[in-house]
Amino acid sequence: MNANTDKRTIAILMLALCGLMLLAACNKKENTEQSNNNMAQQESAPAPAATPIDPATVATVTGTVKFDGTAPKASKIDMSQDPACKGTNEAENVVVDNGDLANVFVYVKDGLGNRTFDVPKDAVMLDQSGCKYHPHVLGVMAGQTVDIKNDDMTTHNIHPTPKDNREWNESQPPSSPVLEKNFAREEIMLPVKCNQHPWMKMYINVVKTPFFAVTDKSGKYEIKGLPPGDYTIAFVHEKLGEQDQTVTVAPKETKTVDQSFKAAGE
Amino acid sequence: MFAIFVACATLLVITAGALVTSNDAGLSVPDWPTSFGSLVKVPHFVGGIRYEWSHRMVAGTLVSLTLTIAIWTFLVERRRWMRWLAIGAFCTVVVQAVLGGLTVLLFQPPAVSTAHATVAQTFFCIAVAIALFTGRKWVEEQPRVEFDTRRPSLLTLTLLSIFVMYVQLILGGMFRHHGMSWWPHVLNAAIVAFVLTWTVIRTLSVYSHIQAVRRPAILILALLITQLCLGFAAFLTRVAWGKDAAQPELPMVAATVAHVAVGALLLATTVVLAIQVWRHVPVAFAEPALQPQHDASAA
Repeated sequence: MNANTDKRTIAILMLALCGLMLLAACNKKENTEQSNNNMAQQESAPAPAATPIDPATVATVTGTVKFDGTAPKASKIDMSQDPACKGTNEAENVVVDNGDLANVFVYVKDGLGNRTFDVPKDAVMLDQSGCKYHPHVLGVMAGQTVDIKNDDMTTHNIHPTPKDNREWNESQPPSSPVLEKNFAREEIMLPVKCNQHPWMKMYINVVKTPFFAVTDKSGKYEIKGLPPGDYTIAFVHEKLGEQDQTVTVAPKETKTVDQSFKAAGE
Repeated sequence: MFAIFVACATLLVITAGALVTSNDAGLSVPDWPTSFGSLVKVPHFVGGIRYEWSHRMVAGTLVSLTLTIAIWTFLVERRRWMRWLAIGAFCTVVVQAVLGGLTVLLFQPPAVSTAHATVAQTFFCIAVAIALFTGRKWVEEQPRVEFDTRRPSLLTLTLLSIFVMYVQLILGGMFRHHGMSWWPHVLNAAIVAFVLTWTVIRTLSVYSHIQAVRRPAILILALLITQLCLGFAAFLTRVAWGKDAAQPELPMVAATVAHVAVGALLLATTVVLAIQVWRHVPVAFAEPALQPQHDASAA
């Protein structure tokens, strides 16, 4: 092999590497464009007409979610790596107050058949404040807009890691405009995190019906406007898993459906 | 000397990369090759950005250093295979940079992130090999050669050691990047410990009088013990105690980063041992009639 052949081989190798880099960059762009096109197609497809519900007969399901056993102590979060993260913070993976369990996503899992529902025009808000997500657990209908805002004087990045929806990762500097996002497919406990502040975690629940709620600090929830019928109500917690109950609601009835979770391993 | 500096810089980049993964900061800068839209502007140095941006900067510097070595070697080095090795090093570091970019742009798929971790250590081994081959001792030494008639040969054992460590590296990378459970990595650790111990015992029991193989063998033993302790500490802090941790905690970060760095040193030292064994204790395929006049320095 002479010197000219050497140089030619090196040039071919370098070109191949440049090609690889270009391919990597283009591949991402194409993926993004493809995803955007898919999303646009989904968004532009005419939504099926909502199945009418007689408002005079609708029922309500309400209740309290309890935690049985000794609640784990919430671990303190050290936010010293970013001086803009002020105040105190603690983990929200199991929030229990006097036995009442917060942040449980409650939704009608089964029983609505092929009914369709209008996607609300109003957006739901996800706020980043005190280097913490508010709320920690969020429910939203598929296709409904989620407005994400940053009230902190530091940059956050919002990074959902879904199984069934499109993954994305965007940074949001202080005082920047609200990010408007939506999720096309149903997905329960879709994790969202901030890679700049690794303690920041929350969950978005995407469902196809408006019949869902998240338990508050007193463990309470309420699902209104439910047509009479037989339903499976699912109670989902990020750490404690899912529990289901079947319930029958009569016209105009307000039914109480309580649920309790046990500590893991009990 | 410059090659040693590049090898040290590579270990620094590997450590910085381990800090990124251990602090879950891999996607804190969402774009690549720019960082928040700029190649040079220093972002607000807080949170995960500190780790990710620093990793990018030292990695970028390493690409420049490797390019310098490649050009320098190409211009002054007489050994053709050394020129190819230097070019191979540059190609490897470029592939490594592309893998780093892909891991960001594709949101850290375990296979790509593991490939990024594996190629990093491959590049470290190449950098260490270049430092060894360009060292005065290698160039000036007339190696004392003893043919190895035992089976498996010591060269086979060193190559087997490198192979099981690569498997271990891939299993560890897949576990760290959530592509696999922890137990294959722990199971293979026993195999790695066995094969390395066998290699070290063979080296020290038969060839301890050859300094060039004795030194790396002793270092492998020390690093192996350290690495097993660090692996145990990493398992305790991350898997046993820290699986529900709200954020990466100092003990788990320190244990895992040290585990990655010592793992890289262990792999590179085994590569050095394999090279020295190939030079000093080559495999005898037939019983030599005379003590050979093998001149490995010419290679």
